[in-house]
Amino acid sequence: MTPEKIIFIVVALVTLGAALSVVISRNLIHSALWLILALFGIAIFYVLLDAGFFAVIQVIIYIGAIAILFIFAAMLTRRVMQDTGPQSNPNWWLGALIALLLFAGIALILVNWQGFTTSAPELANPSGRISQLGLALVSADQYVLPFELASLLLVAAMIGAIFVAGEKKP
Amino acid sequence: MIPLSWYLTFAAFLFCIGLYGVLVRKNAIAILMGIELMLNSININLIAFWRYRSSDGIAGQAFAIIVFAVAAAEVAVGLALIISIYRRRSSIVADDMNMLKW
Repeated sequence: MTPEKIIFIVVALVTLGAALSVVISRNLIHSALWLILALFGIAIFYVLLDAGFFAVIQVIIYIGAIAILFIFAAMLTRRVMQDTGPQSNPNWWLGALIALLLFAGIALILVNWQGFTTSAPELANPSGRISQLGLALVSADQYVLPFELASLLLVAAMIGAIFVAGEKKP
Repeated sequence: MIPLSWYLTFAAFLFCIGLYGVLVRKNAIAILMGIELMLNSININLIAFWRYRSSDGIAGQAFAIIVFAVAAAEVAVGLALIISIYRRRSSIVADDMNMLKW
């Protein structure tokens, strides 16, 4: 057992427990706080995968923006679903069955795949990866088109969100 | 060194937990939280495949960035829709959103 494996197991257990709490917690604010814990665990996974930049933007975008947006929405709509009454559908066992079947299917495919147990190769250029990524996102023969499309999508989503959620004057 | 299988198994678990949340929860905001969990597990898969299979390229990371942007757009529009429906119907139960049904 290397230290990396111990860190992986501890973080994986905490993250999976937090994710389970997100989907079964009765109080929506508690769900949002558990979601923040799960997102932190995933940021640690990015660090373990030598993608530190992604850990940073995971914390900034997911925890700093998306989780806070969830908490705002939960607070704005809090009166209607007080924490009484069932929070799940009556046929929740069907959802659990579908999720378990999907996991079994994925596991079956993964076990039969011969690349399943490969270990990581050495990183070729550990220090220049962020600049490599930045250049790839704006160079014309690589990913400039998806990058611009993503920014267009963000602008459209922002305008749409303001339009849909904004107060309409009668 | 951690084998690739650990990451893939973890991501599959996380995806299935998110799917359970999407299928089972009544509250529309909680359904969006399940979708966030699923998108995060996809991102772990993308980064893990980048690291273990093609770490000299950059395609996996660029793909993960796009997934981040789409997730942010999706949650902004989704929560705006839920708040708008809450204003009109005073309900965020997904079963009650049947205005388009006839």
